[in-house]
Amino acid sequence: MELFNSESKKIVSDPINVNNPISLQVLGICSALAVTIRLDQAIIMTLAVVFVLCSSNVILSLIRNYIPTRVRIVIMLSVIASLVSVVDELLKAYLYDMSKQLSVFVGLIITNCIIMGRAEAFALKHGPSKAFLDGLGNSMGYGLIIIVVSFLESFLGQELLRFRMVEQVMFYGEFLNRGMQQDMKILVC
Amino acid sequence: MYSNNYTLFFVFIVTVVLGTMLSFTKDSVKDLQDQNLKADVQKTILRSLNFDESLLLTNESIEQTFKSSIDAKCVNVEGEIVECNIEEVDIEKNEDTLPIYIRMDNDEVQGIALPIAGKGLWSTIFGYIALNPDTDSVLGIQFYKHGETPGLGGEVEKKWFTDNFVNHPIKQPGGEIQYVPKKIRDKSGKIISIKVVKGGVDYSESNTSSIHQVDGISGATVTADGVTDFLLEDLLRYEKTLDKIRDYGTI
Repeated sequence: MELFNSESKKIVSDPINVNNPISLQVLGICSALAVTIRLDQAIIMTLAVVFVLCSSNVILSLIRNYIPTRVRIVIMLSVIASLVSVVDELLKAYLYDMSKQLSVFVGLIITNCIIMGRAEAFALKHGPSKAFLDGLGNSMGYGLIIIVVSFLESFLGQELLRFRMVEQVMFYGEFLNRGMQQDMKILVC
Repeated sequence: MYSNNYTLFFVFIVTVVLGTMLSFTKDSVKDLQDQNLKADVQKTILRSLNFDESLLLTNESIEQTFKSSIDAKCVNVEGEIVECNIEEVDIEKNEDTLPIYIRMDNDEVQGIALPIAGKGLWSTIFGYIALNPDTDSVLGIQFYKHGETPGLGGEVEKKWFTDNFVNHPIKQPGGEIQYVPKKIRDKSGKIISIKVVKGGVDYSESNTSSIHQVDGISGATVTADGVTDFLLEDLLRYEKTLDKIRDYGTI
């Protein structure tokens, strides 16, 4: 079956591992920076991106032979924007608090470069099943990075290092500013 | 190369399909969204009135708490009770009908929540300010809807900012610091509201009005000025009502 041969596996695993959209292609980093504060936000955001990217890739791949080349960007954008709006409405209905916390960042999935990029570079050139796998791989690659980063941030930053690491660093900055080198030396010691 | 007619036809079809999909989604979840919105407003009111967080976990418990302990009515600028459908009063526009939410406990006023709304930088900010029965000191303030930049103006809804309104440090003779709420009336009893101060409140002895000031937000001066402005404006509209509650303990 086409879905399970080695080429398909490569389509999924490449963007997670060796060709990660965030860490290697440096795509979609705006939202990656914004939603990595808390783990639950990162997980919901990942699910949203997985849904949007997979469905937009499949839909665009299905109609790829009918899209007039001149208006393809507009068509891509309207499909993506509609899918994102659906996600946004569903979040508002079923996960209201989460949608309040994520606020504009769900809407900003529309401008996430990964999604437009995969549509243009992959979905318009391949069949729906491959496009689906590509969407899955790329969104998981995105998700992997933001979940790991937010895990480190919320777990290490808030839980493990509760022994006033941040405050110490801030004191440090203040002393540097004021040129109180004596105090700084004491702190270092 | 596709013809113009084909292109137009294609775009039309795509628009219709996507539009239908969107309106179908919106239509099927609208009731749930409205419920969430209503519960969110009620939660804001209850939070500003300092209800315990454990009562505010689900939509049902919020609604029940609200029903059992909040007396919601409308007043006019003169401080008289008027008939209204409180859920449909437009806080921003309607100048004659002013909603007021009173926390009652054994027929005694425990707190008064008033809606506040006004322009920040990008959007209208909506919230509630709650006062103690003396109608002077703040019981709590909460914002629930705004379109300010997250991390900058959006910080108005954060706990650290709203806590400013109830934590005014006063140094006791022994050196201990006691926290009291900020006050909206000056010594003569006139409502002067609370000012959001750029850069932070000066707590030295020389600043006698520090009890009417709270710390501002870095990078959000316009939002903070907006909050200062509409807070004063909205509180003044309730002046006569608040005077009544202060003097007679009821409206």
